[in-house]
Amino acid sequence: MSEAIEINNVNKVYSNGFVALKEINLKIHSGEIFALLGPNGAGKSTLINIICGLTKKNTGDVSIFDFDNEKSYKQARSLIGLVPQEIATDSFEKVINTIRFTRGLFNKPNSDKYIESILKKLSLWEKKDQQIRTLSGGMKRRLMIAKALSHEPKILFLDEPTAGVDVDLRKSMWEQIIKLKQLGVTIVLTTHYIEEAEKIADRIGIIDKGKIILVEDKRDILKKLGNRKIIFSLANEINELPKSLKHFDISVDKNKLIYFIDKANEEKELPKLIKDFAHNSIEVSNIEIKENTLEDIFIELVKK
Amino acid sequence: MINFRGLMSIYKFEMSRTFRTITQSIASPVISTMLYFIVFGTAIGSRIEAIDGLDYGSFIVPGLIMLTILGQSVSNASFGIYFPKFTGTIYEVLSAPISPLEITCGYVAAAASKSIMVGTIILITSSFFIELKILHPFYMLLFLIIISVTFSLLGFIIGIWADGFEKLQLIPLLIITPLTFLGGSFYSIKMLPPFWQEISMFNPIVYLVSAFRWSFYENSDVSILSCVLAITSFLLVCVVVVILIFRYGYKIKN
Ligand SMILES: Nc1ncnc2c1ncn2[C@@H]1O[C@H](COP(=O)(O)OP(=O)(O)OP(=O)(O)O)[C@@H](O)[C@H]1O
Ligand SMILES: [Mg+2]
Repeated sequence: MSEAIEINNVNKVYSNGFVALKEINLKIHSGEIFALLGPNGAGKSTLINIICGLTKKNTGDVSIFDFDNEKSYKQARSLIGLVPQEIATDSFEKVINTIRFTRGLFNKPNSDKYIESILKKLSLWEKKDQQIRTLSGGMKRRLMIAKALSHEPKILFLDEPTAGVDVDLRKSMWEQIIKLKQLGVTIVLTTHYIEEAEKIADRIGIIDKGKIILVEDKRDILKKLGNRKIIFSLANEINELPKSLKHFDISVDKNKLIYFIDKANEEKELPKLIKDFAHNSIEVSNIEIKENTLEDIFIELVKK
Repeated sequence: MINFRGLMSIYKFEMSRTFRTITQSIASPVISTMLYFIVFGTAIGSRIEAIDGLDYGSFIVPGLIMLTILGQSVSNASFGIYFPKFTGTIYEVLSAPISPLEITCGYVAAAASKSIMVGTIILITSSFFIELKILHPFYMLLFLIIISVTFSLLGFIIGIWADGFEKLQLIPLLIITPLTFLGGSFYSIKMLPPFWQEISMFNPIVYLVSAFRWSFYENSDVSILSCVLAITSFLLVCVVVVILIFRYGYKIKN
């Protein structure tokens, strides 16, 4: 089966000379949820905008299910729904009309039934005859999603879909996204919430300063992320780890014991470890927990 | 494959914007034309002698309609494309499977339709003030349509080029309004001293007004052939500029 998106050697230099993307190569598989992570200004939106035809690339090719996004832009674009990062709506237009408008732009005949089903899914059906300016910020964002889905795309781009959305709603949006995936829609999203990527993505790509620095299965990347460590400061220095503690993932640094948590067995191991400390008369004066955040991974990867 | 539904979506969207703001988009040009008509046609006109055998009120009707549709076409079309750029909603059109040509047709057809509507309303209104006589209704309609389309194209170009509201107003204010006023809407070019008559020949709007007035009364400041030539070449220039703009993605895409 062909890839949903294939990006080869894409470079982007903005007109002011800023190099936004460097030699991007990336494949997005059909039917997966791909999360694109990276610090502010990394180039996430630039990449999405290039794929969707909003921004021109300088070199390279992008194909959407084997349709080149410039040479066969009509076929390519008709497969894509885009929710851009910034909310942009026609304030005075009615909710339902704006959805019909988008569907028409994508050359699809009007379908009241389908539009109704989308509006209901995104809890906007009661608002269908209201002007867009009367919606709340979160509703407007959902409306943008409804518009992107209005023409039944096979690939959905969500550029920070949950920015400014409350916790409950964010969770319901994840559910919606997962449902879409079950319908066979390929989803590419960007986010700054690692929890979000953790919950819903199949694969994660990290981009920094215009370069893709990592593309991995979520499970693999989470192992790295899961590297939480507990630092026990000891009352007395020890030179060597007592034998009974050797099976733990612990390293000794003078008066400090650094324990790397095995996320899977955390609940069993931790009480045992503390008991063993008592057995070996190790006196702990302070405990510090360090979480490996996405930030740490960035820093680690960017340093390389 | 032509994305006809996309084109119609843009057209309908723009037309619904027109009807939503009906006072601003239809009533205001009609009112301002009626004021012109009352002041120049009825009040002052009664003291002006006939031009080419026409009383002054009848003489200015075609010019007034031109004045309005030129202004309306440019402002409708430029606003129509500038506004989505300004609010950011343009992303939708740019990411849709719709060609630049189809986009242009949608916006330009809507702007031109509105102009033609306004022009027709003014024509009907004026018939309450004067006895209307249209010798060549077919050509009248044809000129009305072509000129509306041409200036809507011009407006579209301005709307794409503009990156602020001032620029949107700049060309209409500095070029189109003066040229229209000096283009023989309110007087015959023949009434000018010879030097200014010659200068006027470089004003493209003279030809439009002349042609349009010809379709009403068969009298014209310049030959009808040169008018048709001028109108056609103006249309072609606008079409070529639009094509070039899209080829080089000027100012719409980063
Ligand atoms: N039109 C433009 N002209 C010049 N530089 C630009 C333009 N648009 C974006 N940039 C620059 O390109 C870089 C990448 O921007 P981009 O919007 O892709 O970042 P991002 O990864 O989406 O960031 P964020 O998480 O903040 O949304 C930034 O440094 C930005 O300043
Ligand atoms: Mg962004």
